[in-house]
Amino acid sequence: MTQPAPASAAPRRFQLPSLSTLGPLIALLIAMIVFSSQSPRFFSGTNFSLILQQISYTAVLAIGQTLIILIAGIDLSIGIVMALGGLVMAKLATQSGLNPVLAILAGFATTMFFGFLNSQVITRLRVPPFIATLGMLGIVTALNQTYSGSQTISNLPPALTALGNTFKVGGTAITYGTVLMLLLYLIAWFVLSETAPGRHVYAVGNNPEAARLSGIPIGRLTVVVYTVAGLIYGVAALMLVARTGVGDPNAGQTDNLDSITAVVLGGTSLFGGRGNVLGTLLGAIIVGVFRNGLQLIGIASVYQSLITGILIIAAVALDQVSRRKS
Amino acid sequence: MTATQNPLAPVPAPAVPLVMEARNLIKKYGSVVAMNGADFELRPGEILAVIGDNGAGKSSLIKALSGATIPDSGEIFLDGQQVHFRSPIDARKNGIETVYQDLAVAPAMTIAENLFLGREILRPGPLGKLLRLLDKKKMHEEATRHMQGLQFAIKSMRQPVETLSGGQRQGVAVARSAAFARHVVIMDEPTAALGVREGNMVLDLIRQVRDNGLPVILISHNMPHVFEVADRIHVHRMGKRAAILNPKRVSMADTVSVMTGAIRPEELSADMLAG
Repeated sequence: MTQPAPASAAPRRFQLPSLSTLGPLIALLIAMIVFSSQSPRFFSGTNFSLILQQISYTAVLAIGQTLIILIAGIDLSIGIVMALGGLVMAKLATQSGLNPVLAILAGFATTMFFGFLNSQVITRLRVPPFIATLGMLGIVTALNQTYSGSQTISNLPPALTALGNTFKVGGTAITYGTVLMLLLYLIAWFVLSETAPGRHVYAVGNNPEAARLSGIPIGRLTVVVYTVAGLIYGVAALMLVARTGVGDPNAGQTDNLDSITAVVLGGTSLFGGRGNVLGTLLGAIIVGVFRNGLQLIGIASVYQSLITGILIIAAVALDQVSRRKS
Repeated sequence: MTATQNPLAPVPAPAVPLVMEARNLIKKYGSVVAMNGADFELRPGEILAVIGDNGAGKSSLIKALSGATIPDSGEIFLDGQQVHFRSPIDARKNGIETVYQDLAVAPAMTIAENLFLGREILRPGPLGKLLRLLDKKKMHEEATRHMQGLQFAIKSMRQPVETLSGGQRQGVAVARSAAFARHVVIMDEPTAALGVREGNMVLDLIRQVRDNGLPVILISHNMPHVFEVADRIHVHRMGKRAAILNPKRVSMADTVSVMTGAIRPEELSADMLAG
């Protein structure tokens, strides 16, 4: 028997990109070359900073969606819960005259509560995540309209829009929101790959029976994942409010699918247990680059969603092919 | 009931206390009697095969030993101490590990991660206690050492389990149980899902677990496998133990006959019986 040499196998910090993330990465590079050749404004620090701003809150939502999909769940109420969080922050800080920091915390508590509520419906009532969160989508949509009286809430205090403020790196203005987004991705990646609960998230999605037999409390982990995702939606809500400057009852409607698109493009399996949260960031950037680039070269927005649609199908098809091979 | 009565018993340790013992276990589901006064004895350092026809109640016995069911009455002893398992987790806390036939591993995760699933090694100090940070280096080292101890040849503990063959995957499950069992490893049909070569690989591993000092309870339908590795054969019939046979003396055909009730154990010659 050959001597296995653990010392020679240097700690592999990053997982090598699998075929399923390599495809989207190549698509991204090709797209960037095309956009750069067609529009002089595309390849610039300012434009890249803009793309990161544009994707920031969807990308943050997608962290929560990644955690949930990794345990083989799904959250269809993600965008609407974020919108509710934004409304709570905006309404409490303006109409109720609450201290803006407390208003923000109340918004976090709200989104966390709905994440927790989703987990309770899933674990206690044993409703599949798809149905549970579809129901929650309907409930919170109605709640958003009644709570806000279908009115946009504006004139927000500066604390609520602080994440939209910028600082300069070289000549490029970068928002604090962008920095926070990248920071959250690093934290999520670290927790998922370096801590015991992080590995349990993968195990539960990969083989729930094996996880259960190993003594991992699946129910409790599910509650924690959905609740933590709820907290992350709260951060996304603050970014949304900062970016738009208002509390908007109609916000977040496309973010359910956009967040799932980012997760899937990033190579995370919808069946759970496989994937990488940094891939999700890549997925979100791909969507952002395509939207931005297509706009710059003057392609109508209907075709932008057409191309996103093709991308997501191609990414999943590629994933299936690579899995059949292995 | 002690080994001294039989000089041919393969485990020559009459004075050594039993690792696990069950007396007069009874379990009824309505009018169905799953265990009807079942006895059980496991000696140190042996592979005890448990065989029985479908419906003989051997799964009920094994479930009672592994904590998956609670018997209506009867006593279970572990190292001479009476135990009352309420759940498989209970049994595991007492050093009894169970390997299931349906490959209870997480395929996308690495071998080391599977070995330590639910029992990860954390960094010392607050990093481990508060942040639950993994000590991956130590996990890989321990995994490598453990696999070497079982003579289980695998290149890297970092490869995902899904890159392994079916036999190797089951090997990982066996290795995990062996790593954490302090008293007993129960293997429920560990070779049922495997081909011939793969099955033999797992049998080698089971022998190695015994040779390293852990007694093994092997539940199997596969008579050639049973005869290849078992030190003694516990034959279960109609909710209780019908006989304990010595695989070195008894034939496979006679064993099957005892199992089905075609011959009574008393009809066998004394040297075919084990302890």
